[in-house]
Amino acid sequence: MLLPSALRARLAGAPGAAEPLPVERSPAARAAPFGFVPRPVRFPREHEFFEDGDVQRHLYLQDVITQVAEAPEKSRVPEFTCQVAGCCQVFAALEDYQHHYHMMHGNACSLCSRAFPSEHLLDAHILEWHDSLFQVLAERQDMYQCLVEGCREKFKNTQDRKDHMVRLHLYPADFRFDKPKTSRGPSMPGAIADLSTRTLADDGDAMEVCPSPMTLSSAPVSEKRTYSHRVPSTICFGQGALRGFKSTKKKNKHH
Amino acid sequence: MWSQRQSLLRRVACGVEELRCRRREREAALRKARRERQLVSKRLLREAPEEAAEEGAAAVLGEAEIQHFLRLAQRGTEEKKREEALVTLRQGLQHLETQQTFIRLEGSMQTLVGLLTCNRALLQLEAARCLHELSHSEQSMVAEACLPATSYLLTYLSGHSSNFIELCLYTLGNLIVESEAVRKQLLPQGIVPALASCIQSPHMAVLEAVGYALSQLLQAKEAPEEIIPCILNSTLPQHMLQLMQPGPKLNPGIAVEFAWCLHYIICSQVNNALLITHGALSTLALLLLDLAEVVQRTEDAGLELLACPVIRCLSNLLTEVAVEDVEGQMQLGDERVVAALFILLEFFLQKQPSLLPEGLWLLNNLTANSPTLCTSLLSLDLIEPLLQLSSLSNMVSVLVLTVLCNVAEKGPAYCRRLWPGPLLPCLLNTVTLSDTEVVGQSLELLQLLFLYQPEAAQDFLQQSGLQALERHREEVQLQDRVRALQQTALHG
Repeated sequence: MLLPSALRARLAGAPGAAEPLPVERSPAARAAPFGFVPRPVRFPREHEFFEDGDVQRHLYLQDVITQVAEAPEKSRVPEFTCQVAGCCQVFAALEDYQHHYHMMHGNACSLCSRAFPSEHLLDAHILEWHDSLFQVLAERQDMYQCLVEGCREKFKNTQDRKDHMVRLHLYPADFRFDKPKTSRGPSMPGAIADLSTRTLADDGDAMEVCPSPMTLSSAPVSEKRTYSHRVPSTICFGQGALRGFKSTKKKNKHH
Repeated sequence: MWSQRQSLLRRVACGVEELRCRRREREAALRKARRERQLVSKRLLREAPEEAAEEGAAAVLGEAEIQHFLRLAQRGTEEKKREEALVTLRQGLQHLETQQTFIRLEGSMQTLVGLLTCNRALLQLEAARCLHELSHSEQSMVAEACLPATSYLLTYLSGHSSNFIELCLYTLGNLIVESEAVRKQLLPQGIVPALASCIQSPHMAVLEAVGYALSQLLQAKEAPEEIIPCILNSTLPQHMLQLMQPGPKLNPGIAVEFAWCLHYIICSQVNNALLITHGALSTLALLLLDLAEVVQRTEDAGLELLACPVIRCLSNLLTEVAVEDVEGQMQLGDERVVAALFILLEFFLQKQPSLLPEGLWLLNNLTANSPTLCTSLLSLDLIEPLLQLSSLSNMVSVLVLTVLCNVAEKGPAYCRRLWPGPLLPCLLNTVTLSDTEVVGQSLELLQLLFLYQPEAAQDFLQQSGLQALERHREEVQLQDRVRALQQTALHG
């Protein structure tokens, strides 16, 4: 295929349309047995015309394993500690620290240091836990906002919200970031500094939605599966459950 | 970034012949899957290069070992040890056997989700990588076992750690294609708003991952009814088009993903008028110009992967623009679009000839109702290069002849510029072929030429064209037209 040399220059040049030649159609052009009619053609997604292009696309998708192998080596540095007050995590790589910082301190509550995965959840937390006006208003109108981002529904209490999230959004009933406020909540001013260190040093949270170690180890996986219906003590349902930051200390000692 | 990836691809290619053979096999499998409407692919992210070497060494883990590592990850005393336990588990999960054992083990997924949501960032990351390995499984059952994690994966998309978000997006992208049941859970859980907020991320890797996840979602069978309306209602389309805006900021890896997304949306014909009002036509046309510019100076950059969906989008959208608007709309009257398309056709011819028909399809849709672009084709001397393509295959031949008919049917002024020239020998050749469609289209073109440029009939007669037509006299689909042409040529 030999393209005229001027073509590349034309592409690089200024936009411009040709002055069209006069169009003069004769009715004889479409006289039978001829019948050419110029028409733009549309192809639907599954049309075989697209087969080759689709196959190329999927080969590209599957090739990614070789393509992302370029991840840079982690930059090793002398061990250092996270600088955020109350956090004593130690790191040997900058990337690890970065990730830790974003995850643990990116959306952390300044009053109780709890970390949240998103601004939306943090906002909801601050309102519901630390805003006294919220409590007053909540008695009069629906104030508990749905925790699913993009949903604007509000509810009378956390239980109604949980029902909504489980029913409409198919969220798990034990959604970890929907912890109801308890009587031992961290809004007591004196406890703040103490709590911040403790929550961050607390490993126990990892197991909040996990089965107890007994369940895991005692489940011989055979054809006959034995399901334990025991609810781990760390899982809480509804408003009434007690789950304060203090309870975790005991748990940690426990194992 | 684009060329970097490709060069890496080459470095890995140790045995070229072996690699080619494997590729052919995979291609055949994909073709079969497509015909059965089962075409799905997943992506695997594995980061650390040192692990690639160890991959072979990663052992299949048994039940007891999985339990051991999970417990260690969950309750180990040292964080480093806990992390290492998860790394070992993840390496084991590269094997299907381990994956199957893992999902059968009671409480295992719960534990993993617990680790995913714990307050140790590095453990969370490793847990997410384990989930990613599971999401990539070839067995639906394994991937579907990840369902309890989706609400968390979606929640983490609003976070700040770009690596983590990228990983969550690829994992979701893999799960999406698994079954309609998975999508039926992801939609109410808010995947569309989550993607709409992620698409505003400043991180390139996150944007590419958003494009991947979205393209997976859009390939669903139920997409036209269930998914595309939601997406069109969100802010996603505007952002997608912004990311395809040519210029120094354009990232080809990202543009590829979103170009495919746009293709899936457009060919489903849900509300293309909306995309046109968002400026889709002009963005795509400018991108086409940019691509033609880049393929001239970049070698082997895999740009056909971007050109293909861009051409499809433009071509399908053109069918929805009213005839009188084609030239008025955006740059569509701009002859640079035609110039760009020919440069891309030449590029396809060298790189990926199987994409030539798609390029010619766009040329048809551009020229069908546009005297301006038909004139550009003539004034830029593009008839000869176009004819050079016609010998490639019957399908290409028909498309080339159709474009020529688009030009010829505009009347005498156009036919005068078509004839004489290389068209005569070309037509003398195509009428001798045995493919009915090629010959039929040649006959249509001849008739237009004879009508508007009577000299053409004389030339054809002198070159024994009529004898060449003789051979089709007995073919039912052709004989009427053959006879009519012979009449015209002999008696005017």
